Amino acid sequence: MRSRRESSPAARPNGRAAGRTGEPLAFVLELPSDLDVIEGAVAYLVDRCRGVDFDGSRLTLNFRVGMCEALANAVIYGNRQDPGKSVRVEVELSAERIVVAVRDEGVGFDPGEVPDPTLEENLERAGGRGVFLLHSLMDQVEYNERGNEVRFVLNRTNPPLRRASGE
Amino acid sequence: MSFQTSKQNGVVVVDVDGQLIVGNRQELKQKVLDELEAGERKFLIDFANTGYIDSSGLGVLVSLSKKIREQGGELRLANLNEDLRTLFELTKLDTLFNIADSRDEALQSL
Repeated sequence: MRSRRESSPAARPNGRAAGRTGEPLAFVLELPSDLDVIEGAVAYLVDRCRGVDFDGSRLTLNFRVGMCEALANAVIYGNRQDPGKSVRVEVELSAERIVVAVRDEGVGFDPGEVPDPTLEENLERAGGRGVFLLHSLMDQVEYNERGNEVRFVLNRTNPPLRRASGE
Repeated sequence: MSFQTSKQNGVVVVDVDGQLIVGNRQELKQKVLDELEAGERKFLIDFANTGYIDSSGLGVLVSLSKKIREQGGELRLANLNEDLRTLFELTKLDTLFNIADSRDEALQSL
């Protein structure tokens, strides 16, 4: 894993994070198509987020699992674990949110085609929960037209409780 | 990350230390299947020292649960922290698995 670009005063080597100064931090990672690097990459990114005061388990659950899903999808379904292909991760970190774009070199996929894994008839399927989890855990998820890049946003705070209609 | 296997009161107990994710799920699967193949029928997977689980890890648990049941065995999960409970509830897998609050509770129910 190598960090290719850092662009902010907040990205100085002490690793103090982003956001505290009000200045967003942006950096890029390029990862090999290897499932064994995912855990380390997620741990690295979590470490970079330490300065952002995420609510509750937004960092430990939402970010870690969502990030892991995006990387696994890129390596397995995008690049087909081809060692000649890499996964590009662009990160923008500010005091209020983290924005991540994960791009693979594959032909892309249609996220609309993934069946709902929480339906009773799908509960015992071993696969099919990755995209569902990414959408459930992140505040915003979008794909490029080709379907080989997913961009997601995780806000620092939990969304406000929705009021019941009519209130 | 690692999977430690031990036997307590006729139950195969697997401790998941670290993450259960796409990079190591096959290791857990193989360990449990080896025990099943060797004739063991009662299993407990303990998540007391687990950080996070991804969809591949959940998939392996679903798959193992099915295989154990097909062989007339039983699987319990124990010690899920708040994040893991949320994950199981989100995916509705809390309805599929028998989840105990503690290892003792799980062992007593087997």
